[in-house]
Amino acid sequence: MKIKSQEDFWSGMMFIGFGLLAMFISRDYPFGSAMRMGPGYFPIVLGGMLILFGVIVTLTAFKFEGPAIEPFAWRPMIFLSVAFAIFGWGMDRLGFVPSMIALIVLCAAAGREFKWVEVIIMTIVLIVGSWALFIYGLDLPYPLYWER
Amino acid sequence: MEGFEGLAQLFPNLMLGFQTAVTVQNLGYCFAGVFLGTIVGVLPGIGPLAAIAMLLPATFNLPPVGALIMLAGIYYGTQYGGSTTAILVNLPGESASVVTCIDGYQMAKNGRAGPALAIAAVGSFFAGTVCTLIIAVAGPPLAEVALKFGAPEYFSLMVMGLIASAVLAHGSLLKAIAMIFLGLIFGIVGTDVNSGMSRFTFGASGLADGLSFVVVAMGLFGFAEILSNLGKGKDAQHRELLTKKIHGLMPTWHDIKISIGSIMRGTAIGAFFGTLPGAGPTISAFSSYAVEKKMAKDNSMFGKGAIQGVAGPESANNAAAQCAFIPTLTLGIPGSATMALMLGALTIQGIAPGPQVMTQRPDLFWGLIASMWIGNAMLVILNLPLIGLWVKLLQVPYRYLFPAIMVFMAIGVYSVNNLDMDIYLTVFFGLMGYVFVKLKCEPAPLILAFVLGPLMEENLRRALLISRGDPTVFLTRPISAGFLIATALLLFFMILPAVRKKREEVLEEDAAA
Repeated sequence: MKIKSQEDFWSGMMFIGFGLLAMFISRDYPFGSAMRMGPGYFPIVLGGMLILFGVIVTLTAFKFEGPAIEPFAWRPMIFLSVAFAIFGWGMDRLGFVPSMIALIVLCAAAGREFKWVEVIIMTIVLIVGSWALFIYGLDLPYPLYWER
Repeated sequence: MEGFEGLAQLFPNLMLGFQTAVTVQNLGYCFAGVFLGTIVGVLPGIGPLAAIAMLLPATFNLPPVGALIMLAGIYYGTQYGGSTTAILVNLPGESASVVTCIDGYQMAKNGRAGPALAIAAVGSFFAGTVCTLIIAVAGPPLAEVALKFGAPEYFSLMVMGLIASAVLAHGSLLKAIAMIFLGLIFGIVGTDVNSGMSRFTFGASGLADGLSFVVVAMGLFGFAEILSNLGKGKDAQHRELLTKKIHGLMPTWHDIKISIGSIMRGTAIGAFFGTLPGAGPTISAFSSYAVEKKMAKDNSMFGKGAIQGVAGPESANNAAAQCAFIPTLTLGIPGSATMALMLGALTIQGIAPGPQVMTQRPDLFWGLIASMWIGNAMLVILNLPLIGLWVKLLQVPYRYLFPAIMVFMAIGVYSVNNLDMDIYLTVFFGLMGYVFVKLKCEPAPLILAFVLGPLMEENLRRALLISRGDPTVFLTRPISAGFLIATALLLFFMILPAVRKKREEVLEEDAAA
């Protein structure tokens, strides 16, 4: 048996994985009966269906030819995720301005070209612009700097 | 007689609508929505879904009517913005304007960008006007029917909508159906209304109210989109910008004469597909293009700048975009992922969409209808003079654009609940969405299922409770059975080899363009 379509094979695996996870988590939820569905009924049925379709998709991967999976862009994946996470963590702890600086600089670093002058100007413009729009304009209650 | 009374009510109803919509404030919201929507729609790589998700937080603090009007404006704006880029730079802002590229860009290359944009605007406006009337006429009787729906009918209707969305998604039908189940599972996260039990929350208090659909949509459609754009080579980011100066907006008399038929046919096609749950602007635009190519006396111009190839699909996608409101507003069942977002926005405003809205909040319903028309009119007025501005916007390199988009998304997500958890979840769904892109799993059915999930579980539970656990209830009630038979037919036809091949052709063309 040879995997003919990497895309379908891994899609199927992903569905099976999510299905198993859903069933595993809901194993302790009361199942009930069709007439009186418990909180576990719907998730377990859905998990089972997802596994079923995952298996079918996986099987088709052995039968039909498909393209290879395109390579992942690791650099943007890492930089954008970290940028977002720091922003989320920082908003309540560091304040608006430091969080925004981290977000914008790290985002810019995810791209192919990174020129400091450009990034600094962009950071200033975006911070002033979003301050004007969100904090001044829409009255969102975010402190500019850490206060505690 | 009932129908006659309904029609007689139409005029006062529309009056009420215009009274509600035409206040300085609401016109302002409408303008802001259309303007912002067009800007975001023009930006490459952001479809209407991501655009609406991005701009959603801006509407949270508005009164319900204002918020809805602004959202409708954003919705049309993004659709139109997509067409603008299709014509000017051969880059569809969203999948519904893929066909517009074919002839629209050729027209632009021949120095006829002006007439192409103008005919797209006029066609869209005509389609918008007709469809506004269709909604006004068809809405109330449909809502009346919907009021008679019980749990089994709702459940079957949702099954039909979901399957239809899977059938019309790109790529593998099997994967699309699996995505539906995955979406339904994400919909479960949170507190179960019946038992009060926390499900899939991993003990996190931030998940007790369920996943916010802003988070899911922003991750799957915004974050993932940016990742996949950055992952493409430099060449892919390079945009063929039209350097030719645009002069003369007005189409010639000959242009108008040959486009009128296309616009009308496009409107009819779009209205039909738009109303069906699960179908939508993309399929309408493609069908309209195919029809125009067949109808034209001289189809040698198609692919080389035929104005009918712009007029028809553009009218069709706008008609569909508009008529998609019919199932959303009358049944409370969104027909597309975009409509699911609109529905979510309504829920945030404390309005449960459905047949009751029309009787309980007539101002809201008719105000929205009136504002749809105003929004369409505003698009024509706004876009034609501002084309120069959109062209400038297109010249901004992507490396300045995406950090700005990320900032907007981050603040947008954070402002919903002021929870850092939401931001982390956006990253999670963003990375997942990127994996979906790589594995060619279409996320649109997932988000529709995600929104419908809780409703589906509730109606399934109720239906089975009433029938004492007998699942045949879905087949013994005629309306419910009708929906399920339609669903089965839909699936059956998709499995037929001939139809399957055709579907692949249509959707492949789409993916290739």
